[in-house]
Amino acid sequence: MKRYLDFYLTNMKTAVLVEFQYRWANYFYMIGMIAEPVIYLVVWSTVAEAQGGQVGGYTAGSFAAYYIVWTLVRNMNIVFTPYGWEERIQRGRLSMELLRPIHPLHNDVAFFAGWKLVVIVLWLPLAAFLAWIFKPTLQPSLLEVGVFFIAIWGAYLIRTMALSLLGMITFWTTRVSAIFEMYFAAELVLSGRLVPMSLMPEWVQRLAGFLPFQWTFGYPIESLIGALTPGELIGGLGMQALWIGIGILLVNVVWRFGIRRFSAVGN
Amino acid sequence: MAKIPSLLVVFQRKNKHLPKPIPIIHVARLSKHYQVPVREAGLRQAARALIQRQHRTVKAVDEISFFIHPGEVVGFLGPNGAGKTTTLKMLSGLLHPTSGQVRVLGYEPHRRQRAFLEQITLVMGNRNQLAWDLPALDSFELQRAIYGIPEHEYRQRRDEFIALLDLQDLVHKPVRNLSLGERMKMEIVGALLHRPQVLFLDEPTIGLDVTMQRRIRTFISEYNRRYGASVMLTSHYMADVEALCKRVIVIHHGRILYDGDLSGLVERFSAYKTINLTLKNGPVSLEQYGEVVSQEGSNASLRVPKSETSRITSRLLTEQAVADLTVVDPPIEDVIETVFNQQAEAA
Repeated sequence: MKRYLDFYLTNMKTAVLVEFQYRWANYFYMIGMIAEPVIYLVVWSTVAEAQGGQVGGYTAGSFAAYYIVWTLVRNMNIVFTPYGWEERIQRGRLSMELLRPIHPLHNDVAFFAGWKLVVIVLWLPLAAFLAWIFKPTLQPSLLEVGVFFIAIWGAYLIRTMALSLLGMITFWTTRVSAIFEMYFAAELVLSGRLVPMSLMPEWVQRLAGFLPFQWTFGYPIESLIGALTPGELIGGLGMQALWIGIGILLVNVVWRFGIRRFSAVGN
Repeated sequence: MAKIPSLLVVFQRKNKHLPKPIPIIHVARLSKHYQVPVREAGLRQAARALIQRQHRTVKAVDEISFFIHPGEVVGFLGPNGAGKTTTLKMLSGLLHPTSGQVRVLGYEPHRRQRAFLEQITLVMGNRNQLAWDLPALDSFELQRAIYGIPEHEYRQRRDEFIALLDLQDLVHKPVRNLSLGERMKMEIVGALLHRPQVLFLDEPTIGLDVTMQRRIRTFISEYNRRYGASVMLTSHYMADVEALCKRVIVIHHGRILYDGDLSGLVERFSAYKTINLTLKNGPVSLEQYGEVVSQEGSNASLRVPKSETSRITSRLLTEQAVADLTVVDPPIEDVIETVFNQQAEAA
């Protein structure tokens, strides 16, 4: 356990060092990324005002809170992509990682976790700017702040497992981008990324209840903006833990069969 | 995987009087086959392939057997596509064998157990694992954490390797700013920090200049001497093989052609010897003795059939005024080339 802790801390430190080398690139990347939530925010604020001040319980201020928190959650949700898996399997880059006495997934989780630390620091002034422009309604309790802090890391782990599973399909077939795109489309609608889940039709909300997506987007955001009861807050963490567990199990099974097919071409 | 009689067991049964060798690498009838889709060129063939896919089995490695003892440095030679890298990948656990047995340090490599991975390393000349944007020291630190090396041992080994490879001034520079040779030296340091007992080196000096090649060879040799590690080395540079390996295994089309001493390879596969001579009386016609490879002034070089060497040497000494005469084996490159050419013609 001590050894894993040492590995995680050292790897995170390495990630921080690497990402600081590219601090301006990271910053511009984040600025580019806020275009998406700002569009959603403007559209829904306009709709809310046109409907007498609110839509489905969301005012312009609570929409602002939702989409500003969205920007952090989105950044926390960036993980090693299936395209990265595709590249590392097809070109054999996985070989060097397989030689290490530690599962490659630990490397992914640790490195991207280190990157998150840089992201959070870079996000703070950006969030302050957005708050100054859009005036969010945000008064979280201590419990909500605590749950949110855990939930964004839970979201990170669920998405890591999900996208790793997708990426590992490359062990069986060479071109998997179409499957990735299907996943991302489903995630957009069923996670709360496009719009708060409570504004979705009831059948969509019911469907989302059986899938992991909402625990990576909607739940962390709603945990901070005051949209959930204490029971829902704690229950949500439980659901995240469940999906992480399912993810780890599936990743292990798929890895076990997939790695036999690895041909280590191109080294 | 089918159970087959172990080569080692057969060896031990035949040589009961000898002390039992304990190989560190033990390979018996090891094979790796790939199913490769094939089709003719053209639209019609592409359409047909949608319905009826055809595959061809490529035998990258075909029932090879050998064993390597602790501390041995073995050259693994063969032309491109012979099966060298595939074999090293199976021995290091990257590939699952199709059939046969392989044991390295008593482990089945493809199971990739932690204790196994902690005792081996695979260095590939055209692949790097150091963080591109950071000084190598940061990557070494990550290696320390990956292998759980105690801090004081890590510092001692790191500084020892840095001194041996003369890298003191380079470890603080980002890896991307290093030359190819400097990067390779850093890669080797990173790959050996956990002090592996088995080294698989796949073209470790590829693309490097002669000085850098020599430096790396010296380092590998020193590592082998200090720690008694076993080394399996592939290289297209015969200077690497000659400097490091007493024993070579030659592989071609996935099968082993030769396994034995380097000198024995020359003995077995070279049909010719070279006679270098200096004449007292200046240039004379030497065609009657053999193929004249070069002749400049009173110095000449003749290629003669191996079986004729003694007779021709006697004739030269009797019939010519010879100031100096030496008989040498052909360069190892030529011998290897001969082996591969013979096999290609036979195939």
